[in-house]
Amino acid sequence: MSEKPKVGWYWCASCGGCEESFVDLAERLLTVFDAVDIVFCPVAMDFKKEDVEKLPDGSITVTFINGGIRLEEHVEMVKLLRRKSKIVIAYGACSAWGGIPGLANLYDLDEVLSRKYFEVPSIDNPDKVVPCKITKVKLKEVDEEIELELPKALPALLPLDKVIEVDYYIPGCPPTPDVFWNALEALLKGELPPKGSVLGALNKSLCDECPLNETKPDKILLKDLKRPHEVIPEEGKCLLAQGLLCLGPVTRGGCGALCIKANMPCTGCFGPLDNIIDYGGKALSYIASIIDFEDEPDLNKVYDKIPDWVGILYRYYLPASKIGGKAGLKKSKIQDRVVEYG
Amino acid sequence: MSNEDFKPKIVVFACNWCTYAAVDLAGTSRMQYPANVRVIRVMCSGRVDPQFVLEAFHNGADGVIVAGCHPPTDCHYISGNIKALRRYTLFKRLLKSLGIEEERFRLEWISASEASKWVKVVNEMVETVKKLGPLKPKLEVVE
Repeated sequence: MSEKPKVGWYWCASCGGCEESFVDLAERLLTVFDAVDIVFCPVAMDFKKEDVEKLPDGSITVTFINGGIRLEEHVEMVKLLRRKSKIVIAYGACSAWGGIPGLANLYDLDEVLSRKYFEVPSIDNPDKVVPCKITKVKLKEVDEEIELELPKALPALLPLDKVIEVDYYIPGCPPTPDVFWNALEALLKGELPPKGSVLGALNKSLCDECPLNETKPDKILLKDLKRPHEVIPEEGKCLLAQGLLCLGPVTRGGCGALCIKANMPCTGCFGPLDNIIDYGGKALSYIASIIDFEDEPDLNKVYDKIPDWVGILYRYYLPASKIGGKAGLKKSKIQDRVVEYG
Repeated sequence: MSNEDFKPKIVVFACNWCTYAAVDLAGTSRMQYPANVRVIRVMCSGRVDPQFVLEAFHNGADGVIVAGCHPPTDCHYISGNIKALRRYTLFKRLLKSLGIEEERFRLEWISASEASKWVKVVNEMVETVKKLGPLKPKLEVVE
């Protein structure tokens, strides 16, 4: 009996949706378990870092890594997994380009930490506890002082390929089970495209597979932009033509237009097509060119309708973009403190 | 580095029909302007995708100028300059949110005869960017 391919699965700064999409394979999971051996998967199985370290280099056939790189711990783990794996796949939008947590790159890490731990209205933190590199705690009962060490957060969130070499990408927030399945089939059959390709999805824009594409006029010009909470879109009519900012024209297809079928415009979670240099720049280019005004004050009135353009244009892509976040992010001072309790 | 020594790099995307002709005219008229600009000739300001400007900043430009024919009617391709106006009006907002000073980017209309306007724009831009200093350095996040 030939040995089954070994598969690893690791999570970094992730919401858990990617793992969920794995479970959503449902009965197809049984086929997966028959075909492969899972050797590392902290979300579901009790393998430890030492178990991975014991494996010979290059012995894991494929490792899927989801979530962005935010902590020193993530850097250490993905570097280890890169060494042990033949193929590393960035799974999901966060791992591929930074995803929604990547929007934190608009703020210095200390702004993020103080917002999260001191300022949000729902927080109750009178001792001003915040994760720091070293925390000293006095245990009165046993009269002993212990030192707790936490991995430091990086000054910005990074996509996986800024830290290690990535062989393939599986897009989506999260990837749909079908996209994951297509990718798995390609992997198991060994029919792999050139390195750096996107697996499982199309290389055509979402509009290409959108059921509303037929209703899209040849030329769209908009006098006004609408946000999803402001209107109930007319069913069966191209959302962009109705003034909703749908990013379908610049986004990779392959998801089956799930959001559109639920009457929601595309937010771009399948990321850029192959020839796009910077997803947000491309999206901006196409959106602005269909606004039907010819002078600045009128244009600005339309643009004012959207309060957060970065959040629209770069919702899943900011850390991988050309600028990468706020220019000149500062390193953290908060988490370098040594804190004592007790 | 003091601001005195700082030599800003400024990338200019100039349209073939108006601005590039004005740059030529400035040259043949022996007008003087700072050597900080790198002029890239494109067919139309409407062809200058915001991605190119982001790429320029990414590759070390301290300032970028996109320049074309006067709107609304001067464009050789009828409406390319209007498309540029729509795009770069929005682009300026994006830059601001990304922490890049608005003054580092200019959209200008310079016709083929306006060599003196070209010189003025370049002089102003170099002076402004010199005051701002180099574009904030990229952070080394992972050693």
